[in-house]
Amino acid sequence: MTPRRQRIIAITLILAGVSAAAALGLTALSSNILFFYTPTQLLSGEVPPAAAIRLGGLVTKGSVKRTPDSLKISFDLTDQQHTVRVRYEGLLPDLFREGQGIVAQGRLAADRVFNANEVLAKHDENYMPPELAAHLPKVKDTAP
Amino acid sequence: MQQLLAPKNFYLWSGRWLRPVAWATGLCTLTGLYWGLVVAPPDYQQGDSYRIMFVHVPSAWMSLFVYAVMAGAGAVALVWRIKVAEVVASASAPIGAAFTALALMTGSLWGKPMWGTWWVWDARLTSELLLLFLYLGYMALEQAIEDRRTATRAAAVLALVGAVDLPIIHYSVEWWHTLHQAPTVTRFGAPAIHGSMLAPLLVMALAFFGYYVSLLLVRARCELLERERTNPWVGEVCRGIP
Repeated sequence: MTPRRQRIIAITLILAGVSAAAALGLTALSSNILFFYTPTQLLSGEVPPAAAIRLGGLVTKGSVKRTPDSLKISFDLTDQQHTVRVRYEGLLPDLFREGQGIVAQGRLAADRVFNANEVLAKHDENYMPPELAAHLPKVKDTAP
Repeated sequence: MQQLLAPKNFYLWSGRWLRPVAWATGLCTLTGLYWGLVVAPPDYQQGDSYRIMFVHVPSAWMSLFVYAVMAGAGAVALVWRIKVAEVVASASAPIGAAFTALALMTGSLWGKPMWGTWWVWDARLTSELLLLFLYLGYMALEQAIEDRRTATRAAAVLALVGAVDLPIIHYSVEWWHTLHQAPTVTRFGAPAIHGSMLAPLLVMALAFFGYYVSLLLVRARCELLERERTNPWVGEVCRGIP
Protein backbone atom coordinates (compact mmCIF):
# COMPACT_ATOMS: atom_id res chain seq x y z
CA MET A 1 0.00 0.00 0.00
CA THR A 2 1.45 3.33 -1.03
CA PRO A 3 1.75 6.11 1.58
CA ARG A 4 -0.72 8.17 -0.46
CA ARG A 5 -3.31 5.40 -0.24
CA GLN A 6 -2.73 5.16 3.50
CA ARG A 7 -3.36 8.88 3.87
CA ILE A 8 -6.59 8.67 1.85
CA ILE A 9 -7.79 5.85 4.09
CA ALA A 10 -6.77 7.77 7.24
CA ILE A 11 -8.70 10.87 6.13
CA THR A 12 -11.77 8.82 5.21
CA LEU A 13 -11.67 7.15 8.62
CA ILE A 14 -11.33 10.51 10.40
CA LEU A 15 -14.32 11.91 8.51
CA ALA A 16 -16.44 8.81 9.13
CA GLY A 17 -15.54 8.73 12.83
CA VAL A 18 -16.22 12.40 13.42
CA SER A 19 -19.51 12.24 11.50
CA ALA A 20 -20.64 9.21 13.50
CA ALA A 21 -19.66 10.88 16.79
CA ALA A 22 -21.48 14.08 15.84
CA ALA A 23 -24.59 12.17 14.74
CA LEU A 24 -24.69 10.19 18.00
CA GLY A 25 -24.06 13.26 20.13
CA LEU A 26 -26.69 15.37 18.40
CA THR A 27 -29.27 12.58 18.54
CA ALA A 28 -28.65 12.13 22.26
CA LEU A 29 -28.96 15.87 22.85
CA SER A 30 -31.77 16.46 20.39
CA SER A 31 -34.35 17.43 23.00
CA ASN A 32 -31.97 20.02 24.44
CA ILE A 33 -31.30 21.49 21.01
CA LEU A 34 -34.99 22.23 20.43
CA PHE A 35 -35.31 25.95 20.80
CA PHE A 36 -38.96 25.76 21.83
CA TYR A 37 -41.78 23.37 22.64
CA THR A 38 -45.17 23.38 20.94
CA PRO A 39 -48.47 23.77 22.85
CA THR A 40 -49.20 20.09 22.13
CA GLN A 41 -45.92 19.06 23.79
CA LEU A 42 -46.65 21.34 26.75
CA LEU A 43 -50.20 20.07 27.32
CA SER A 44 -49.37 16.40 26.77
CA GLY A 45 -47.01 16.52 29.73
CA GLU A 46 -43.77 16.15 27.76
CA VAL A 47 -42.51 19.20 29.64
CA PRO A 48 -42.09 19.10 33.43
CA PRO A 49 -44.87 21.22 34.96
CA ALA A 50 -43.85 24.70 36.13
CA ALA A 51 -40.48 24.40 34.38
CA ALA A 52 -39.23 27.54 32.60
CA ILE A 53 -39.47 26.78 28.88
CA ARG A 54 -39.91 28.45 25.52
CA LEU A 55 -43.24 27.91 23.85
CA GLY A 56 -43.59 28.41 20.08
CA GLY A 57 -46.69 28.70 17.93
CA LEU A 58 -48.93 30.97 15.91
CA VAL A 59 -50.85 33.84 17.51
CA THR A 60 -54.53 32.99 16.98
CA LYS A 61 -56.35 35.61 14.91
CA GLY A 62 -58.68 37.78 16.99
CA SER A 63 -57.33 36.54 20.32
CA VAL A 64 -55.01 39.42 21.20
CA LYS A 65 -56.32 41.44 24.17
CA ARG A 66 -54.46 44.51 25.40
CA THR A 67 -55.10 46.20 28.73
CA PRO A 68 -55.45 49.96 28.11
CA ASP A 69 -52.78 52.25 29.61
CA SER A 70 -50.35 49.40 30.23
CA LEU A 71 -48.06 47.03 28.38
CA LYS A 72 -50.12 44.03 29.52
CA ILE A 73 -51.23 41.77 26.71
CA SER A 74 -52.68 38.30 26.41
CA PHE A 75 -53.25 36.09 23.40
CA ASP A 76 -53.79 32.49 22.32
CA LEU A 77 -50.83 30.53 21.00
CA THR A 78 -51.66 27.56 18.82
CA ASP A 79 -49.93 24.83 16.83
CA GLN A 80 -53.24 24.11 15.03
CA GLN A 81 -53.91 21.19 17.38
CA HIS A 82 -53.76 22.64 20.86
CA THR A 83 -53.95 26.19 22.16
CA VAL A 84 -52.44 27.85 25.22
CA ARG A 85 -53.34 31.28 26.57
CA VAL A 86 -50.28 33.48 27.07
CA ARG A 87 -49.95 36.48 29.42
CA TYR A 88 -47.16 38.99 28.88
CA GLU A 89 -46.18 42.46 29.97
CA GLY A 90 -43.51 44.35 28.05
CA LEU A 91 -42.35 45.46 24.62
CA LEU A 92 -43.19 43.31 21.61
CA PRO A 93 -40.97 42.86 18.53
CA ASP A 94 -41.95 44.57 15.23
CA LEU A 95 -43.10 41.33 13.68
CA PHE A 96 -45.59 40.49 16.45
CA ARG A 97 -49.07 40.31 14.94
CA GLU A 98 -52.03 37.97 14.73
CA GLY A 99 -51.27 34.91 12.63
CA GLN A 100 -47.53 35.37 13.20
CA GLY A 101 -45.27 32.65 14.57
CA ILE A 102 -43.77 33.67 17.92
CA VAL A 103 -41.72 32.13 20.71
CA ALA A 104 -42.60 33.00 24.32
CA GLN A 105 -40.32 32.27 27.27
CA GLY A 106 -41.86 31.62 30.66
CA ARG A 107 -43.74 28.97 32.60
CA LEU A 108 -47.22 27.51 32.82
CA ALA A 109 -49.15 28.91 35.80
CA ALA A 110 -51.56 26.93 37.96
CA ASP A 111 -54.52 28.40 36.04
CA ARG A 112 -53.21 26.81 32.78
CA VAL A 113 -52.16 30.22 31.45
CA PHE A 114 -48.57 30.58 30.24
CA ASN A 115 -46.85 33.49 31.97
CA ALA A 116 -44.26 34.86 29.52
CA ASN A 117 -41.39 37.12 30.50
CA GLU A 118 -40.03 37.41 26.95
CA VAL A 119 -41.73 37.26 23.54
CA LEU A 120 -39.72 36.80 20.34
CA ALA A 121 -41.15 36.88 16.82
CA LYS A 122 -40.29 34.03 14.50
CA HIS A 123 -39.97 35.18 10.92
CA ASP A 124 -41.03 32.87 8.11
CA GLU A 125 -39.02 32.30 4.95
CA ASN A 126 -41.33 34.22 2.60
CA TYR A 127 -40.32 37.53 1.08
CA MET A 128 -42.55 39.53 -1.27
CA PRO A 129 -43.48 43.11 -2.15
CA PRO A 130 -46.53 44.60 -0.34
CA GLU A 131 -48.54 44.97 -3.58
CA LEU A 132 -48.23 41.24 -4.13
CA ALA A 133 -49.11 40.40 -0.54
CA ALA A 134 -52.26 42.52 -0.89
CA HIS A 135 -53.46 40.16 -3.61
CA LEU A 136 -52.99 37.21 -1.29
CA PRO A 137 -55.31 38.08 1.60
CA LYS A 138 -54.11 35.13 3.64
CA VAL A 139 -50.42 34.42 3.33
CA LYS A 140 -49.74 30.75 3.87
CA ASP A 141 -49.21 30.29 7.60
CA THR A 142 -46.11 28.23 8.08
CA ALA A 143 -46.32 26.08 11.16
CA PRO A 144 -43.41 26.87 13.48
CA MET B 1 -4.77 21.02 -14.77
CA GLN B 2 -1.57 19.23 -13.83
CA GLN B 3 0.34 22.21 -15.24
CA LEU B 4 -1.67 24.66 -13.17
CA LEU B 5 -0.73 22.91 -9.94
CA ALA B 6 2.92 23.82 -10.35
CA PRO B 7 3.52 26.88 -8.14
CA LYS B 8 5.08 28.94 -10.92
CA ASN B 9 2.25 28.28 -13.37
CA PHE B 10 -0.38 29.02 -10.73
CA TYR B 11 1.37 32.28 -9.95
CA LEU B 12 1.46 33.41 -13.58
CA TRP B 13 -2.09 32.22 -14.35
CA SER B 14 -3.59 33.87 -11.29
CA GLY B 15 -1.77 37.09 -12.14
CA ARG B 16 -3.64 37.21 -15.44
CA TRP B 17 -7.06 36.56 -13.86
CA LEU B 18 -6.81 38.78 -10.81
CA ARG B 19 -7.63 42.08 -12.51
CA PRO B 20 -10.69 40.93 -14.52
CA VAL B 21 -12.15 39.13 -11.49
CA ALA B 22 -11.63 42.18 -9.28
CA TRP B 23 -13.31 44.49 -11.81
CA ALA B 24 -16.26 42.11 -12.20
CA THR B 25 -16.55 41.97 -8.41
CA GLY B 26 -16.66 45.76 -8.13
CA LEU B 27 -19.29 45.96 -10.85
CA CYS B 28 -21.46 43.27 -9.21
CA THR B 29 -21.14 44.95 -5.80
CA LEU B 30 -22.28 48.35 -7.07
CA THR B 31 -25.09 46.86 -9.19
CA GLY B 32 -26.24 44.54 -6.41
CA LEU B 33 -26.20 47.21 -3.70
CA TYR B 34 -28.08 49.76 -5.82
CA TRP B 35 -30.57 47.14 -6.99
CA GLY B 36 -31.09 45.73 -3.51
CA LEU B 37 -31.14 48.93 -1.48
CA VAL B 38 -32.90 51.29 -3.90
CA VAL B 39 -34.70 49.45 -6.71
CA ALA B 40 -36.05 46.33 -4.96
CA PRO B 41 -39.47 46.76 -3.31
CA PRO B 42 -39.87 46.70 0.50
CA ASP B 43 -41.08 43.46 2.10
CA TYR B 44 -44.78 43.04 2.91
CA GLN B 45 -44.01 42.31 6.58
CA GLN B 46 -40.60 43.68 7.39
CA GLY B 47 -40.66 46.86 5.31
CA ASP B 48 -37.13 48.05 4.59
CA SER B 49 -35.45 46.13 7.40
CA TYR B 50 -35.23 43.01 5.27
CA ARG B 51 -32.64 44.70 3.03
CA ILE B 52 -29.87 43.65 5.40
CA MET B 53 -30.42 40.22 3.83
CA PHE B 54 -28.50 41.40 0.73
CA VAL B 55 -25.36 41.35 2.88
CA HIS B 56 -26.34 38.76 5.48
CA VAL B 57 -27.36 35.91 3.18
CA PRO B 58 -24.38 36.04 0.77
CA SER B 59 -21.92 36.29 3.66
CA ALA B 60 -23.56 33.31 5.39
CA TRP B 61 -23.42 31.29 2.15
CA MET B 62 -19.79 32.23 1.62
CA SER B 63 -18.89 31.35 5.22
CA LEU B 64 -19.94 27.77 4.43
CA PHE B 65 -18.50 27.73 0.92
CA VAL B 66 -15.08 29.06 1.96
CA TYR B 67 -14.89 26.47 4.73
CA ALA B 68 -15.71 23.72 2.23
CA VAL B 69 -12.92 25.00 -0.05
CA MET B 70 -10.53 25.21 2.90
CA ALA B 71 -11.29 21.67 4.08
CA GLY B 72 -11.22 20.31 0.51
CA ALA B 73 -7.89 21.97 -0.29
CA GLY B 74 -6.62 20.77 3.08
CA ALA B 75 -7.53 17.17 2.21
CA VAL B 76 -5.77 17.48 -1.17
CA ALA B 77 -2.74 18.94 0.59
CA LEU B 78 -2.71 16.07 3.10
CA VAL B 79 -2.97 13.32 0.49
CA TRP B 80 -1.09 14.61 -2.53
CA ARG B 81 1.20 17.19 -0.85
CA ILE B 82 0.35 19.77 -3.52
CA LYS B 83 1.82 23.16 -2.59
CA VAL B 84 -0.86 25.21 -4.34
CA ALA B 85 -3.58 23.38 -2.36
CA GLU B 86 -1.74 24.12 0.90
CA VAL B 87 -1.57 27.79 0.03
CA VAL B 88 -5.24 27.93 -1.01
CA ALA B 89 -6.35 26.36 2.29
CA SER B 90 -4.13 28.64 4.33
CA ALA B 91 -5.17 31.80 2.46
CA SER B 92 -8.89 31.02 2.73
CA ALA B 93 -9.10 30.93 6.53
CA PRO B 94 -9.10 34.67 7.40
CA ILE B 95 -11.46 35.47 4.50
CA GLY B 96 -13.91 32.81 5.66
CA ALA B 97 -13.65 34.00 9.26
CA ALA B 98 -14.52 37.53 8.11
CA PHE B 99 -17.58 36.28 6.19
CA THR B 100 -18.71 34.31 9.25
CA ALA B 101 -18.29 37.31 11.57
CA LEU B 102 -20.18 39.51 9.09
CA ALA B 103 -23.04 37.00 8.86
CA LEU B 104 -23.29 36.81 12.67
CA MET B 105 -23.17 40.60 13.12
CA THR B 106 -25.68 41.49 10.40
CA GLY B 107 -27.98 38.74 11.67
CA SER B 108 -27.75 40.16 15.17
CA LEU B 109 -28.54 43.69 13.96
CA TRP B 110 -31.60 42.35 12.12
CA GLY B 111 -32.63 40.12 15.00
CA LYS B 112 -33.05 42.94 17.51
CA PRO B 113 -35.91 44.77 15.73
CA MET B 114 -37.46 41.70 14.06
CA TRP B 115 -37.18 38.89 16.61
CA GLY B 116 -36.84 41.15 19.60
CA THR B 117 -33.39 39.93 20.65
CA TRP B 118 -29.77 40.34 19.57
CA TRP B 119 -28.89 36.73 20.16
CA VAL B 120 -30.45 33.39 21.08
CA TRP B 121 -28.78 30.04 21.53
CA ASP B 122 -30.78 28.25 18.88
CA ALA B 123 -29.25 25.53 16.71
CA ARG B 124 -28.58 27.74 13.64
CA LEU B 125 -26.92 30.60 15.50
CA THR B 126 -24.89 28.35 17.77
CA SER B 127 -23.57 26.16 14.94
CA GLU B 128 -22.62 29.28 12.93
CA LEU B 129 -20.77 30.66 15.96
CA LEU B 130 -18.97 27.31 16.20
CA LEU B 131 -17.90 27.81 12.58
CA LEU B 132 -16.30 31.14 13.53
CA PHE B 133 -14.38 29.39 16.34
CA LEU B 134 -13.29 26.68 13.88
CA TYR B 135 -11.85 29.33 11.57
CA LEU B 136 -10.10 31.06 14.48
CA GLY B 137 -8.80 27.73 15.79
CA TYR B 138 -7.50 26.87 12.33
CA MET B 139 -5.62 30.17 12.13
CA ALA B 140 -4.26 29.85 15.68
CA LEU B 141 -3.04 26.30 15.08
CA GLU B 142 -1.36 27.31 11.85
CA GLN B 143 0.41 30.19 13.58
CA ALA B 144 1.55 27.99 16.45
CA ILE B 145 3.75 25.71 14.33
CA GLU B 146 7.05 27.03 13.03
CA ASP B 147 7.39 25.10 9.76
CA ARG B 148 4.72 26.38 7.38
CA ARG B 149 4.11 23.15 5.48
CA THR B 150 3.77 21.14 8.70
CA ALA B 151 1.52 23.87 10.10
CA THR B 152 -0.81 23.79 7.09
CA ARG B 153 -1.08 20.01 7.21
CA ALA B 154 -1.83 19.98 10.94
CA ALA B 155 -4.44 22.68 10.46
CA ALA B 156 -5.92 20.72 7.54
CA VAL B 157 -6.77 17.87 9.92
CA LEU B 158 -8.62 20.36 12.15
CA ALA B 159 -10.43 21.76 9.10
CA LEU B 160 -11.52 18.24 8.07
CA VAL B 161 -12.79 17.41 11.55
CA GLY B 162 -14.68 20.71 11.68
CA ALA B 163 -16.27 20.09 8.27
CA VAL B 164 -18.91 18.05 10.09
CA ASP B 165 -20.35 21.40 11.21
CA LEU B 166 -21.30 22.39 7.62
CA PRO B 167 -24.29 20.03 7.17
CA ILE B 168 -25.30 20.78 10.77
CA ILE B 169 -25.46 24.50 10.03
CA HIS B 170 -27.39 23.98 6.81
CA TYR B 171 -29.94 21.50 8.16
CA SER B 172 -30.21 22.93 11.70
CA VAL B 173 -33.35 24.87 10.79
CA GLU B 174 -35.00 21.71 9.45
CA TRP B 175 -33.87 19.18 12.06
CA TRP B 176 -34.77 21.21 15.13
CA HIS B 177 -37.16 23.99 16.14
CA THR B 178 -35.12 27.15 15.81
CA LEU B 179 -35.87 30.84 15.97
CA HIS B 180 -34.02 31.29 12.68
CA GLN B 181 -36.27 30.79 9.66
CA ALA B 182 -36.03 27.91 7.19
CA PRO B 183 -34.10 28.29 3.90
CA THR B 184 -35.71 30.64 1.37
CA VAL B 185 -33.52 30.04 -1.69
CA THR B 186 -31.45 26.88 -1.10
CA ARG B 187 -34.32 24.47 -0.73
CA PHE B 188 -36.11 21.97 -2.91
CA GLY B 189 -38.82 23.63 -4.94
CA ALA B 190 -39.14 27.26 -5.97
CA PRO B 191 -37.54 29.92 -3.76
CA ALA B 192 -40.07 31.56 -1.42
CA ILE B 193 -38.95 35.01 -2.45
CA HIS B 194 -40.28 37.29 -5.15
CA GLY B 195 -38.14 37.63 -8.29
CA SER B 196 -37.66 41.37 -7.76
CA MET B 197 -35.82 40.57 -4.50
CA LEU B 198 -34.17 37.33 -5.60
CA ALA B 199 -32.35 38.93 -8.55
CA PRO B 200 -30.37 41.51 -6.51
CA LEU B 201 -29.68 38.80 -3.90
CA LEU B 202 -28.08 36.59 -6.54
CA VAL B 203 -26.05 39.53 -7.91
CA MET B 204 -24.80 40.20 -4.38
CA ALA B 205 -23.97 36.50 -3.98
CA LEU B 206 -21.91 36.76 -7.18
CA ALA B 207 -20.21 39.88 -5.81
CA PHE B 208 -19.29 38.11 -2.55
CA PHE B 209 -18.01 35.12 -4.51
CA GLY B 210 -15.90 37.38 -6.72
CA TYR B 211 -14.59 39.18 -3.64
CA TYR B 212 -13.52 35.84 -2.15
CA VAL B 213 -11.78 34.76 -5.37
CA SER B 214 -9.95 38.10 -5.72
CA LEU B 215 -8.79 38.13 -2.13
CA LEU B 216 -7.86 34.44 -2.29
CA LEU B 217 -5.69 35.00 -5.36
CA VAL B 218 -3.92 38.00 -3.81
CA ARG B 219 -3.24 36.17 -0.55
CA ALA B 220 -2.31 32.86 -2.19
CA ARG B 221 0.14 34.55 -4.57
CA CYS B 222 1.86 36.39 -1.74
CA GLU B 223 1.99 33.24 0.41
CA LEU B 224 3.36 31.23 -2.52
CA LEU B 225 6.21 33.69 -3.10
CA GLU B 226 7.15 33.57 0.58
CA ARG B 227 7.05 29.78 0.81
CA GLU B 228 8.96 29.29 -2.44
CA ARG B 229 11.47 32.08 -1.90
CA THR B 230 14.44 29.74 -2.19
CA ASN B 231 13.19 28.46 -5.53
CA PRO B 232 14.76 29.94 -8.71
CA TRP B 233 11.37 30.75 -10.32
CA VAL B 234 10.56 33.28 -7.61
CA GLY B 235 13.70 35.20 -8.43
CA GLU B 236 12.87 35.09 -12.15
CA VAL B 237 9.30 36.29 -11.60
CA CYS B 238 10.36 39.07 -9.26
CA ARG B 239 12.99 40.30 -11.70
CA GLY B 240 10.31 40.31 -14.39
CA ILE B 241 11.52 37.41 -16.56
CA PRO B 242 8.39 35.23 -16.58
